[in-house]
Amino acid sequence: MSNATLSAKRSSLRGATLPKWFPWAVAAGSLALGYGISAAAGLDSDIQWALIAAVLFVVGSYAVSAKIEGSRQAKDRTATSLVWVAFLLAVTPLASLLWETVERGVKVLDVFFLTHSMGVVADAEPGGGIYHAMLGTLEQVGLAALISVPVGVLTAIYLVEYGRGRLAKAVTFFVDVMTGIPSIVAGLFILSLWVLILKMGPSGFAGSLALSILMIPVVVRSTEEMLKLVPNELREASLALGVPKWRTILKVVLPTSIGGIITGVMLAIARITGETAPVLLLVWGTDFINANPFQDPQESLPMYIYLQFGAGSDASHDRAWAAALTLIAFIMILNLVARGIARWKAPKTGR
Amino acid sequence: MAKRIDVSGLNAYYGSFLAIEDISMTVEPRSVTAFIGPSGCGKSTFLRTLNRMHEVTPGGRVDGKVMLDDENLYGAGIDPVAVRREVGMVFQRPNPFPTMSVYDNVAAGLRLNGKYKKSQLDDIVEKSLKGANLWNEVKDRLNKPGSGLSGGQQQRLCIARAIAVEPNVLLMDEPCSALDPISTLAIEDLIGELKEQFTIVIVTHNMQQAARVSDRTAFFNLAAVGQPGKLIEIDDTERIFSNPSVQATEDYISGRFG
Repeated sequence: MSNATLSAKRSSLRGATLPKWFPWAVAAGSLALGYGISAAAGLDSDIQWALIAAVLFVVGSYAVSAKIEGSRQAKDRTATSLVWVAFLLAVTPLASLLWETVERGVKVLDVFFLTHSMGVVADAEPGGGIYHAMLGTLEQVGLAALISVPVGVLTAIYLVEYGRGRLAKAVTFFVDVMTGIPSIVAGLFILSLWVLILKMGPSGFAGSLALSILMIPVVVRSTEEMLKLVPNELREASLALGVPKWRTILKVVLPTSIGGIITGVMLAIARITGETAPVLLLVWGTDFINANPFQDPQESLPMYIYLQFGAGSDASHDRAWAAALTLIAFIMILNLVARGIARWKAPKTGR
Repeated sequence: MAKRIDVSGLNAYYGSFLAIEDISMTVEPRSVTAFIGPSGCGKSTFLRTLNRMHEVTPGGRVDGKVMLDDENLYGAGIDPVAVRREVGMVFQRPNPFPTMSVYDNVAAGLRLNGKYKKSQLDDIVEKSLKGANLWNEVKDRLNKPGSGLSGGQQQRLCIARAIAVEPNVLLMDEPCSALDPISTLAIEDLIGELKEQFTIVIVTHNMQQAARVSDRTAFFNLAAVGQPGKLIEIDDTERIFSNPSVQATEDYISGRFG
């Protein structure tokens, strides 16, 4: 043995290391083994052999690494493989959901579908579209945002900039409670207030009221977090220039955090766009185009999906999937817009 | 423009905690007064009582008198916002507004306080940036974000922002502690120029800096942690650093402390 290899072996800083392809090899091996085991045992579900493979992957990489590299590296590898498994577990349903929706949804999704209502089409027949539902969703969500954003943002400003003592604590507590209100309860509350006590008929606006009950706490929470992120130094810098507090909030605090606030609002909108229960109770649904959210029933996308899927014919199932795809696309576009605005409005650091 | 500050019997509290006790001193107009003393002795707190920024801190409370020429800053009916227009402040860490350009940062104090014509603003911005020795470095990038400047430039930008509203007094809370020696030198030179127009009060941990820039020096100390900070003595800088009248001051300055 040469001197070089001797000194390399004796170095206390260098231990045995597994090659870079080791995790991939273990992954491939455990996949094959998992598939083999489930074939031999006669398990026919994809989930079963995937779970077996995942367990084999975590256990296998720990065992091999513990044998060769030592226990610290083995723990490190276990953590890494757990992270990977968790990531795949989280992403697989999402990818599968997207795939499923796109595959089934594109069948009837075309310009005709987006520009026509169900007015003269029976549920069992092909044809018809979601124009009335898109219109209803846009109007109801828009109205809900119109109510919730000012209330929510102003509440958050109160909590962060002014709120001291008992009132602020009470507001925070009730916002927390509101976050947990099930959407059907919000719907029932507006039903009893708006329809049963005030004797108003079902309308898009009634739905918006229920949706804003769901949206306000989300807006308050996210705006609050964003305002808390604004460094106190900026507020003090502005106050020290002799700027009144309200102007400091308006001209320094809000512009600094506006990107995050808009993102929060968009996420809140995305959340309420998919709500079905309050809409069922308060907007009732219709097959005809009703552009007036303040009078008579309207349709909305989630309710359209629910009703079409319930109708049970092939044509209505296709329509339900296409409407679901439209809904997902709508929310995705909202998110992208929010990200764009957040990036555009973010405090600039460039030279 | 510069005004005299006359403090008598001033106590400042955080909630029920007495942070500084019974401070009386006079700050001469058109001069630099330095505050030195160990951490936690209340220098910054005292500085912040001079433009009513102390009460911005939750629980912050002050009693005593701070006379700005012949007006008591803590008298009845005094508007803290108006006080802060008279007494400007520069902070320890450079804090330009991140959403604003260099130009907007300097104009911020004016714009947020009222309406100005564009040409008027242009003049004031140029004058303030020149006053802060920053004009030559930023005149070609006035519309770039202020946070893109270097730390020293940012601090001079903050000084320009503070002097743009033409205060009578300029308070500086360790303005150089986050800066390198060259930027520090630039700001010390600037302080020397600014004292022609303003009354300047500077808090510093750097004894040499106090000796270099100030005309008068005040030494603060506290008996023990949890005790209120007190003014030990205030005198001409030369005297404080050569022949202070209190033993504690000499110990602190020569490093034989504690």
